[in-house]
Amino acid sequence: MSQDILENSVTSQPSSGDKNFKPFEASAEIEALADERIAHYPVSKLSAVLPLLHIVQHHFGFISKESITWVAEKLEIEKIKVLSVVTFYPAFRQSAPGKFHYRVCRTLSCAMAGSHELMDKICEITNIDRSKLSHHHPIVVSPCGNYSVEFAECLASCGSAPACLVNDDFHDNVGPEKAQALIDQYSV
Amino acid sequence: MSDIKYLPGKEPHPSEHRLIFKNIDREGWDTSIDTYIADGGYEQLKKAITMEPSAITNEVKASGLRGRGGAGFPTGVKWGFIPPNNTKPVYLICNADESEPGTFKDRYILHQDPHQLIEGMVISAFAVGAKVAFIYIREEFPEAALTIERAIEEARAKSLVGKDILGSGFDLEIWVHRGAAAYICGEETGLIESLEGKRPYPRIKPPYFPAALGLYMAPTIVNNVESLCHVKHIIEMGGAEYAKLGVERNTGTRILCVSGDVKNPGYYEVQVGKVTMGELLNDICGGPKDGRSFKAVIPGGSSSKILRCEEVFKIGKGEDAKDLAFWDIQMDFDTLAACGTMAGSGGVIVLDDSRKMSWVLNNINHFYAHESCGQCTPCREGNGWMKKISDRIVNGLAAPEDIQTLEDVAYQIDGKTICAFGEASSWPVEAIISKFRDELTAETSEDNQRLSKEQLQREAYLTK
Ligand SMILES: Cc1cc2nc3c(=O)[nH]c(=O)nc-3n(C[C@H](O)[C@H](O)[C@H](O)COP(=O)(O)O)c2cc1C
Ligand code: SF4
Ligand code: FES
Repeated sequence: MSQDILENSVTSQPSSGDKNFKPFEASAEIEALADERIAHYPVSKLSAVLPLLHIVQHHFGFISKESITWVAEKLEIEKIKVLSVVTFYPAFRQSAPGKFHYRVCRTLSCAMAGSHELMDKICEITNIDRSKLSHHHPIVVSPCGNYSVEFAECLASCGSAPACLVNDDFHDNVGPEKAQALIDQYSV
Repeated sequence: MSDIKYLPGKEPHPSEHRLIFKNIDREGWDTSIDTYIADGGYEQLKKAITMEPSAITNEVKASGLRGRGGAGFPTGVKWGFIPPNNTKPVYLICNADESEPGTFKDRYILHQDPHQLIEGMVISAFAVGAKVAFIYIREEFPEAALTIERAIEEARAKSLVGKDILGSGFDLEIWVHRGAAAYICGEETGLIESLEGKRPYPRIKPPYFPAALGLYMAPTIVNNVESLCHVKHIIEMGGAEYAKLGVERNTGTRILCVSGDVKNPGYYEVQVGKVTMGELLNDICGGPKDGRSFKAVIPGGSSSKILRCEEVFKIGKGEDAKDLAFWDIQMDFDTLAACGTMAGSGGVIVLDDSRKMSWVLNNINHFYAHESCGQCTPCREGNGWMKKISDRIVNGLAAPEDIQTLEDVAYQIDGKTICAFGEASSWPVEAIISKFRDELTAETSEDNQRLSKEQLQREAYLTK
């Protein structure tokens, strides 16, 4: 029974963004990156959980069941310890985002500068239905799988609001009128 | 310093005193170690490693430096909390989580001047006896994480980080550790749990300071990015000379981050307490937007209590008691505390007369409801309730007594939780209600149906 619950919580939901990412594989390159990080924490390998999850998500788009098993084995810890980290931290996703993942700042200074309107415009242009959004599924992916959106909390750029991240690229001063440009810049 | 030029349109305001932000937006500046060294960089590190570690701590104590991360705790005093008979390793952690809404200063240091931080960290680590240091950087700064790692490697190649730094026998490794988009990782014990690879549940106090028991149950000093940069300048100037900047008990410079409804939002490094609220908003930031007037200011990050622009505060006791108008508030720790709020992280959020307080409150409540770590019932449940009640207010579905309920919930969180997030999330609610009760009540109605669908549509973005 408890094993089932664990299985269900680590299994990724199918996503239109799946096409953007190759399935998790512990290649020699990934192993080497992980070993390098683990070496930073001689006192406790557990400390390398976040760094390893970052490596996984950076290369494979999200944290799959297979990758959770790999992190657990790599660090010689229970799978549940990895899962408890994945489910707590908003940065980790358990299913595939779009090829371009938009994180628009939701918080006060950006909201005053129109970030919510920016979010609505992005969704409109990319055909994203944000009514599908819920506490447990904060990310919505476009039907074509190329785009996904999520609200971020204060991105520490309030003086040049609104702010937004597209994958690892940072943009500020992106008022709602810049929505189209922000999409065109990342056309597939 | 007069030969320093800044990028067009990014010149500092004449009232600024740039120490920490000297190189931000500087013409011809880049993040390479050669640029930094050509500008006199790492000279203070060379000087510091010839000093006694305790002498460095004494300079920091003499400087009066107070932490720039939020609490304003004296840095030198904190360093002194490491048990004298300690035999465990000591850790230094740089808090680069910068996630208090309204705060945007560490970002520029991390992206544009990484070596200043590294120099400050090596000096600080030497002073407290740390051989391993971590920079805990928020996940949303991916580029900064790379910039810092590159800078550390450059410094290592020049024997400024790593084994036997500059032949002194002092070893220090600095590692970058990325967070994962959780605000509570800024709370120092939550940060430590996160660095240990766990959920960032803040630790129960005591011990009150990680300086006694922190990372891996060893003495750990956690300091903000800006605080650690100041250490470099304290070594350069000497503690006593540094303390001449700013005002009594509120020394040095600090970066004020102004956002919201002003003509020129941005970052301004000023001497602590030498600038008043009026000078900051009207002179430095160019006043309100055209046709608008200032309504209220959140002075030290979203957790600090809001101030109304027409407020007059009673300051001091007995003979020294006096009235202080909002515009005359000196932007320092003690004056803002005397006004019932705090200088916090330096994030000044300005609201003009076009803003509805219910909307502001609701936006803030959503933040804290999302970010509570969930360990303590009052914080976890209370922040969810406060969000729901303020949702009702902005949607025109609230009854007048909801305002009282909201206030009651806030006071049942405040002071009753494991970490200061309890206060951080309830203070804004308490202050907005006490100062704007009539405005909020006017948005409620007995039949809980104040707004039509069309009105709601119009107000959807909570802007003008
Ligand atoms: C909920 C909460 C969030 C915090 N977030 C930050 C943060 O993002 N950055 C920071 O430097 N300090 C933050 N702090 C303050 C830290 O706990 C700690 O006091 C600080 O890093 C100490 O450094 P300083 O003495 O140099 O200011 C936060 C505190 C709380 C209670
Ligand atoms: S006060 Fe809130 S954030 Fe802090 S430990 Fe309790 S539940 Fe977590
Ligand atoms: S509120 Fe958006 S960056 Fe701070």
